[in-house]
Amino acid sequence: MGYVAVKGGTEAIDASLRRLQYDRLKGEKILEIETILATMKSLVDQVMSESSLYAPYLAALAIKQAEGSMEEAVFIMRAHRSTLPRLYYSETAETERMEVKRRISASFKDIPGGQLLGATTDYTHRLMDFDLLNESVEMNAEWLHEFAKEVMELKPDAEVKYFPKVVDYLRKEGLFKNYSMDETSPFDITKQSIQFPVPRSARLQTLTRGQTGAVTALGYASLRGYGQVHPTVGEVRVGEIPVLISHPHELDESPENHYYIGEIEVTEVESFVPVKVKNEQNVEQLEFEIGYGICYGQNETKAIAMSILDQCLEHPASSFPTHDEEFVLMHIDSVEATGFISHLKLPHYVTFQSKLDSVRQVKKGEEQG
Amino acid sequence: MHNDAILSVKNLEKQFGPGCSTCHNESTRKLEKNYCPQCGTVYACRNISFNLFPGEILGIVGESGSGKSTLMQCLYFDEAATSGELILNNQEFQEENVLELSSQQKRYIRNYHFGMVYQNPLKGLKMDFSAMGNIAEKLIAAGGRNVAEMESIGKTLLEKVHIPLFRMKEEPKRFSGGMQQRVQIAKALSNNPPILFLDEVTTGLDLSVQASVLDLIKTIQRELGISMIVVSHDLAVIRMLADRTLVMLNGEIIEEGLTDQILEDPQNPYTQQLVYSLL
Amino acid sequence: MNQHHFAFFDEGSKKEIRRTILKAVAIPGYQVPFSSREMPIARGWGTGGLQITLSIIGREDCLKVIDQGSDESVNAVSIKKLVHNTTSVEITERTQEATIIQSRHRIPEIPLQGGQILVLQVPTPEPLRQVEPREYMTKILHSEEEYSGAWLQLFEQIMKYGRTATGADHPVYVNSRYVMAPSPIPRFDNVKMNESDALILLGAGREKKIYAIPPYTDVQSLAFEDYPFAVEEFSGKSCRFCGATDVFLDEVLDSATGDVHYQCNDTSYCLEQLNSHEKAKEESSYA
Ligand SMILES: Nc1ncnc2c1ncn2[C@@H]1O[C@H](COP(=O)(O)OP(=O)(O)OP(=O)(O)O)[C@@H](O)[C@H]1O
Ligand SMILES: [Mg+2]
Ligand SMILES: [Zn+2]
Repeated sequence: MGYVAVKGGTEAIDASLRRLQYDRLKGEKILEIETILATMKSLVDQVMSESSLYAPYLAALAIKQAEGSMEEAVFIMRAHRSTLPRLYYSETAETERMEVKRRISASFKDIPGGQLLGATTDYTHRLMDFDLLNESVEMNAEWLHEFAKEVMELKPDAEVKYFPKVVDYLRKEGLFKNYSMDETSPFDITKQSIQFPVPRSARLQTLTRGQTGAVTALGYASLRGYGQVHPTVGEVRVGEIPVLISHPHELDESPENHYYIGEIEVTEVESFVPVKVKNEQNVEQLEFEIGYGICYGQNETKAIAMSILDQCLEHPASSFPTHDEEFVLMHIDSVEATGFISHLKLPHYVTFQSKLDSVRQVKKGEEQG
Repeated sequence: MHNDAILSVKNLEKQFGPGCSTCHNESTRKLEKNYCPQCGTVYACRNISFNLFPGEILGIVGESGSGKSTLMQCLYFDEAATSGELILNNQEFQEENVLELSSQQKRYIRNYHFGMVYQNPLKGLKMDFSAMGNIAEKLIAAGGRNVAEMESIGKTLLEKVHIPLFRMKEEPKRFSGGMQQRVQIAKALSNNPPILFLDEVTTGLDLSVQASVLDLIKTIQRELGISMIVVSHDLAVIRMLADRTLVMLNGEIIEEGLTDQILEDPQNPYTQQLVYSLL
Repeated sequence: MNQHHFAFFDEGSKKEIRRTILKAVAIPGYQVPFSSREMPIARGWGTGGLQITLSIIGREDCLKVIDQGSDESVNAVSIKKLVHNTTSVEITERTQEATIIQSRHRIPEIPLQGGQILVLQVPTPEPLRQVEPREYMTKILHSEEEYSGAWLQLFEQIMKYGRTATGADHPVYVNSRYVMAPSPIPRFDNVKMNESDALILLGAGREKKIYAIPPYTDVQSLAFEDYPFAVEEFSGKSCRFCGATDVFLDEVLDSATGDVHYQCNDTSYCLEQLNSHEKAKEESSYA
């Protein structure tokens, strides 16, 4: 054979990969997974939420591999998720059973069970903390020791107390509609592609794995005027909920036979949205509906924005784009949006040549005609 | 069905809203005009029955809100009728209630057998496509695949409705309301439909254009033998075009007959009021 | 990578994709929704095609991957690498050797044969998307075979420019029933879809659709009677390397001289042409 193919592409990719490796290593520092887990919780939470894979350790690894890029980390997690067999569906998780770390309501000062501020950056002043430049392990250990002593002096309640839902209290007053329990199994967006109009379960799944920035931006747009939802945050709670599965081969489905497989941390939001409804007598009345938001880890802004969008999509008649389920659900996924935008970097020689030909023919026609 | 009618409507009902326990039943219904004050349901068309004969122009008059446009949109399948029958004297759908056909079959009937001019041009035109493209849309839907043929039909029709041909490649959003209406008429006529629905075609046109549009409608009817239903609140238009006329009030037909008869000797008190107010 | 399963996916996922493909083959040109797994390469970079390839590939298959006609385009190399690392199947650049050919934006110049499968990567599977943005509505339009919108777009182009002005991805009518986006192949390649000996599978990963053209299916490019469908025009031009004329040519600008040259877009085809010229020369010199 006289001529052989040039291996330009293969060589270019090899070189590019080596260059990438060089860039990662040249600083001569190593970031341990444990360090990411211990110090970058918000980032880990966000990656788990957007990749819809609850695995802090893998999320930390993805963050390390992605050198801190959110979209890359989520991408790696999602791709990994595709290789895992799906063995079980959990039983319905009851957020009433949450081990609450933080729980607030913007609707009532005194909520049954009380407000619990917990850990939040809400009341920190965002001043650059130059002390962190000289942080030492010893100083931190000392602080922790003092803190532990203080905690020891507190007398914990003898029994575990669950926090009731704020909405239950309002439901009793007839301000919220009572719904009968809906036992249809939820649509699984990871096993079927969504078809419009979509059931609410598919909508919530799409929203909860949405890109934090995208969900926040659309929720904000609705709140600001490009939408008709003006909520009050009924309740935000953050904490751990147990995950249970039933035995796959035993018919007995009673809760005693469920297996506890661990717990996950979530942020849950119930927004109260006043809506006008007509009763049988055609009289307009105000009633409240719930906008629901939930996501892995602690990400309150995203959960609140999600609750706004959930409500928006419950009312599709409005002409705002934030109420259009195709507009919202088709454009908030991190992997899809970043993938398609970045594909514009791929060569488009053939398509361009084809368009070029078309434009030239049109021009030629014009000159002749 | 009346043997020689080209289109017949039987007991057509259209309501907006779910109804309530009092208005569901016709005997206990207490409507204000067409409106149930209990639940807010609008009974826009009630028990409508009539025939349209070949080559005939049937007029529909009635005050604003009496259900004229709603009736047209039910016949053209834009709105789903709540109940009732629509029967076409047509080989393909002989004796069938076409309101119950699949949406694909309805689309076929619409594309091949009907033409429609909407009261609101936004409903009938694609404002971002050229005037010629709008006419071609209807022709394409009716199977047109030859550009030159469609273009020549389009040109003839645009001339007929007095749209200067040098503007035929412009989008209707850049046209005046009257011009838009005339493009709609050209579009509705393009596939030579045996049945044409005209909803307030002359509203908003100046007198000279109005006259030429009415003239055009007359000519089409005479030359092509197209059957038409013409809705107007303008009795002068009805007088000029319609052979027979239905009078609608609150969603119901309250009087029908030859146009001349209705105009000269109205029976129903409402019709009397309508006719004498014109005089 | 070898810690991963054969062909990356678990068997359940592959089965599901194959069921989707079967449905697509049964309804030529109809876009079948599927759940579309996230892949280790980005959405929009061929994940739809890749999912098809990975779900149908077996150890005895021989794979060719091209991007824009080139076997050595970086994205083609990257896809080949992924498939090879997870399957160890044989990789080829010769069209006639391949059992599966995954391609972006081209159908190879060498005619495909019965038994071969062409997998096309699709960015936008909906041919009516420009006419109607809502998926819910386009689904209804397809079900009612209501394609006036697609025709109207061509008509408007003729009105405005005196001819249709589509580039790549010119819509086709499949089996006289569904209007289909052929993926952004040049118009030059549309004709190769008609009555093809090979099975053609099209995958859109981000939009989560798979569709197909079974062998020997009627595929017609949308065109009005008096404005026949026209492919890209290369008359009077030939490949500067192999001299081929009836192929899709790339236009290259020589930045030093400012001259425009033309060369085969299908690089492996060009190479084969060159080698067969060479062989003929050798043989004649022996004689
Ligand atoms: N989409 C809708 N929802 C609720 N009510 C409607 C709707 N469309 C029409 N209606 C009601 O149906 C009734 C009949 O309206 P329609 O437009 O048919 O009247 P019309 O006779 O054409 O009036 P006009 O002469 O003003 O055009 C009205 O009471 C109107 O309010
Ligand atoms: Mg009206
Ligand atoms: Zn060549």
